[in-house]
Amino acid sequence: MAEATERRIKIAFEVNGGAVEQDVAPEVALIDLLRDGLLLKGVKRSCDMQVCGACTVLVDGAPVSSCTVPAFEVRGKRVLTIEGLAADEALTYISDAFIDNAALQCGFCTPGMVLAAKSLLDANPSPTEADIKDYMRGNICRCTGYKKIVEAIQEAGRIARDGARS
Amino acid sequence: MTQQTYTTVGQPVRRIDGVDKVSGRAEFAVDVVVPGMAYGKLVPSPLPHALITSIDASRARALPGVYAVLTGAELVNMETHYGSDKKDRPIVAMGKVRFQGEPVAAVAAVDLQTAEAAAELIEVEYEELSAASDIASALADGAVPIHDSNWCHEYGYEWGDVDEAFKGCDRIYEDTFTFPMVYHYAMEPHSCVASFEGDRLRVWTSAQHPFLVRAELARIFRLQLDEVQVIVPYVGGGYGSKSYTKIEPLVMALSREAGRPVRLAQSVEESMKTVRRHAAKATVRTGVMNDGTFVARECLSYVDTGGYTDNGVRVTERISDRIVGPYMFDHVRVKSYGIYTNSTPAGSYRSIGGPQASWACESATDIIAADLGIDPIALRLKNLAKKGDELRRGKRPLEGDLAPKLRLVLDEFGWDSYLPVAPDPAHPNIKRGIGFAASVTNSGASPTSTSLVRFHADGSATVYIGTTEIGQGSRSAMAQVAAEELRIPLESIKVIGSDTDVVPYDRSTGSSRSTTLMGLAVHDAAVDVREQLMQLAAGHFETFADQLEASAGQVSFKGESITFGGLVREMFGGSGGELMGRGYVTSNHASGMLHDDPVFWEVSIGAAEVEVDEDTGAVRLLRYVSAADPGKAINPKQVEGQDEGAAMQAIGHTMFEEMLFEDGQFLNPNLVDYRVPTFMDLPDEFETVLIEFGDGPGPYGSKGVGEGGIVAVAPAIANAIFNATGVRVRDLPLTPERVWRAIDAARRGS
Repeated sequence: MAEATERRIKIAFEVNGGAVEQDVAPEVALIDLLRDGLLLKGVKRSCDMQVCGACTVLVDGAPVSSCTVPAFEVRGKRVLTIEGLAADEALTYISDAFIDNAALQCGFCTPGMVLAAKSLLDANPSPTEADIKDYMRGNICRCTGYKKIVEAIQEAGRIARDGARS
Repeated sequence: MTQQTYTTVGQPVRRIDGVDKVSGRAEFAVDVVVPGMAYGKLVPSPLPHALITSIDASRARALPGVYAVLTGAELVNMETHYGSDKKDRPIVAMGKVRFQGEPVAAVAAVDLQTAEAAAELIEVEYEELSAASDIASALADGAVPIHDSNWCHEYGYEWGDVDEAFKGCDRIYEDTFTFPMVYHYAMEPHSCVASFEGDRLRVWTSAQHPFLVRAELARIFRLQLDEVQVIVPYVGGGYGSKSYTKIEPLVMALSREAGRPVRLAQSVEESMKTVRRHAAKATVRTGVMNDGTFVARECLSYVDTGGYTDNGVRVTERISDRIVGPYMFDHVRVKSYGIYTNSTPAGSYRSIGGPQASWACESATDIIAADLGIDPIALRLKNLAKKGDELRRGKRPLEGDLAPKLRLVLDEFGWDSYLPVAPDPAHPNIKRGIGFAASVTNSGASPTSTSLVRFHADGSATVYIGTTEIGQGSRSAMAQVAAEELRIPLESIKVIGSDTDVVPYDRSTGSSRSTTLMGLAVHDAAVDVREQLMQLAAGHFETFADQLEASAGQVSFKGESITFGGLVREMFGGSGGELMGRGYVTSNHASGMLHDDPVFWEVSIGAAEVEVDEDTGAVRLLRYVSAADPGKAINPKQVEGQDEGAAMQAIGHTMFEEMLFEDGQFLNPNLVDYRVPTFMDLPDEFETVLIEFGDGPGPYGSKGVGEGGIVAVAPAIANAIFNATGVRVRDLPLTPERVWRAIDAARRGS
C-alpha cells in the first residue's frame, strides 16, 4: 500500500438528518468522505478547485465546496446533500421549480445548483435577478445558459413566499 | 404529418429524467461502482514532443497494491491504434509523444492513492524534439514532423469559373480571421469503468456514441460486436467532447493487464488534455458588384487538429462546407487543410467547423456592407439562399426560405427601430451598437438509427433508443413522440437508453441528429405497434381497421371500446404478452426525406447589442436574441434550453475562452486560468425565437437545434462592436486588451 497517513481523526456529525461517526485521515476532502465513504453520489466532482460549485453541499445551512474542505472540519456540524434535500418533502418546491422551468439539462451541476439556490432562498426569499446572479456566480452550468435557472429560482421564491406549495 | 393537432408533441412537458437529476439519483459513469474494480491513474508526458527512450516501471510494479502498469510494450495481441477516421492514435504512447499530457503509461491499483503513488514511481526518459503548437510553426520550414508530416487532411470544392469571375467584379475583399482553441468543459470529465473478461468486454463510459465505441473496442480486441457491451449512464455534458472513442481502449487494455475491472475518472485537467475544439485561420475573398450582388467567393482555411487526428478529417471538411455562408454565389472555390500540432488533439465540438466558418463569413459580410455603404441586413437579404436553392452544389437543397426566419429575429430584436442611446456625457467613450449574423450548417451526420418499442399487456410501453442522454432531453422528446403515436399518456412510457446489449443500433448522438433521425425511428416503431393494435381491434370488433378510432389507450367502434392492453391480453389468451414495434431509419426512409446529404440544414441567426468602453476595450453584451429553428418543437422549453445553452457557450469563446500554449506547454489547463461563462455573463436580455415552419425531415416536420445557437454569436458581437466604434476585430476572443488595441490602432491611424 502507498504511504497512508497513520493518524485518523474521529468525527461525529450529522448528514441529511442522521448522526454519523467516521474515522477520517486529515487529508481527506469532504467530497471523498461523502461520495466514497457514505455513497452520497449526488455530490459531484468537477473542477476540484472551488470554481464550479458542482460539489456544493450545505454545512450548517451555508454552501461550501466539498472538494476543498477537509472532512474533519464538519465535526459537530449539519451537512445537507442533495439526497437529504430530495428526501425532505417540504423542500421539493425548489427542485420542482427547476424541472418546471427546464433549468437543468445534463444534470451534473444540478445537485450543487439546487443546494445553492436553497441557501439563497433561505436568506432571501425574494431575490432580484441581480441577487440571483451574484449569489449563484460560484455555480457553473455549461448546458442551460443560466437564464432558466434564474427563472426557476425566482419561481421557487414565489412559491416559498406565497405558500402556494409547502 | 400524420395529424394536425397533437396531444403530447409540442407541449413543454417536464423532462422525464428531471426527478432523477434534481434528486441526485441520476447515475453518471463517474458514479459507477463495479465489484472488485481497481483504480486507474494516467502517467502524462510532461513534454509536448519527444521520443521515448526508456520506461522503467519496475518500482511502480513492486509497490504493494499495484495490479498492473500499462505501457506501449503491453499492447500485444491486439490492435494498437485507434481513431474515428485515421487510426493514428496509439492506445498509450508508443515510442513517441505528440502533445503535453499524452498518456505514456497507466497504473491500476487497489485504490486511487496507491495508483497515484505508483504513477510517480514510473521513470520515463525522453529525447526532446522541437515542438510546434500552432499552425504557423507546424508548417514552418524545418518543423519536426509530428506524424509522417504535419499535414493531416485536405478538402475542397469548386464550381463556376472563379478566376474569370473575380476579374469582372467591381470590388474584391479579402480578410483573414482566427479562432482560438477552446475547451468544451463538460462538467463530468471523461470517466470509464472497463472490464476485460476474455471473450467478453464490458464498459461503463461517458460516451456520446456507444455503438461506435463498441465497434472500436471489438476491432481493437478482435472480438465480435455481440461480445462487447457498452453501457452509457447519464452523461454529464458532451457538446462533442465525448464523441467517438476517447479513453475506453486504454482503460480496457489496463483492465486486461490488471485482470479485473478498472475505473479511470479523469480530472478536468486530464480532460482538457483529451480533446478540444479546432483552432482555425480562415481567409475569405469575395468578389461583389457595386449594387451588393455577391459574385465569387474563394476561401482558404487551416484547422489545428493537435497531436492526433481525432475528428480532424470531418472538421477540415465542415469548415469548408460552412464557410460560404447562407448566400448564393455563381463562382466558388473553397479549400481547407487540417494540420497536426503539438497540442491537445482536437475533436468534435458543437457544430464542427461551424463557429470558425461563421466567424469568418459573417464578419466578412459586414466588412463588405460597410465598405459598399449598404445596410448589412439589406446586403444579406439580397444574396440570401431561398427554399430549394442548392447552397452547395450536389447537396440537399435548402428546406425553407431564410428571409422570413431572419425577419422573425430582427423583429424580436427591434432592429429596424433601433436607436442607440446617446453616450452619457460623463462617459462619452462608452458607445453602443448592434450586430447581426446568420448561417446555415449541414447537420444530421448519417441517417442510421433504429428503435424498438415493447408494448405491454397493461397498455404501457417501453421505448429502446441508442441515443445517449447528454442533457439535450432526448428521453423526453422520444417519449413524447412515442406517446403521440401510441395514443397513450406520456406517463405510460418508459425510455431505456444506451446499453448496447439492450438497445438497438444508433450511429451517434451529435450533429443535432437525434430528434430528426431517432425521432423518426421511434415514430415508426410506435406506428408499427399501433397498426398491430388496430389489426387486433379489427379482429375483436369483426370490422376493418380503418373503421376504428384509437385514442387515450383504447380502440372504439360503434359505442363499444376495448383497451390496448385488453387487445394484447386477448391475443395471447391470458394475462400477459406484449407487442413489439420496430423503426428503421436509413437514407431510403419511406418519408423520402433522407435521400440527400445533409440530413437537414441547421439554421443559426443572432442579433446582439453591446456597450464598448473605448478607454478600456471592455465589452458588455447587453442583449442577445438567438433563434432555434426546430421546424416543429417537440418540447419547446427544451428547444429553448438547447439554444440558450449553445449561445452561452459561444459567448464564452467570443469574449474570453482560449486555451494557451507556449512551445507546446499548455499554460491554462484548469478552470481558474481557463474561464467559462458564469451567471455574471448572462446578458441583460437573452431571448430565443422559436421558428416553427414545419420544414424539417424529422417527425411532424421537426429538425435539430442542438448546434445552431453557437454559430452566430461571435460575428454578431464583433459586428456590433464595429457598429459601436467603427473598429473591426478579426481575432477571437474579444478580450478588453484586444479590443482596446484595435481601437487604439484606429485612433493612431486616423
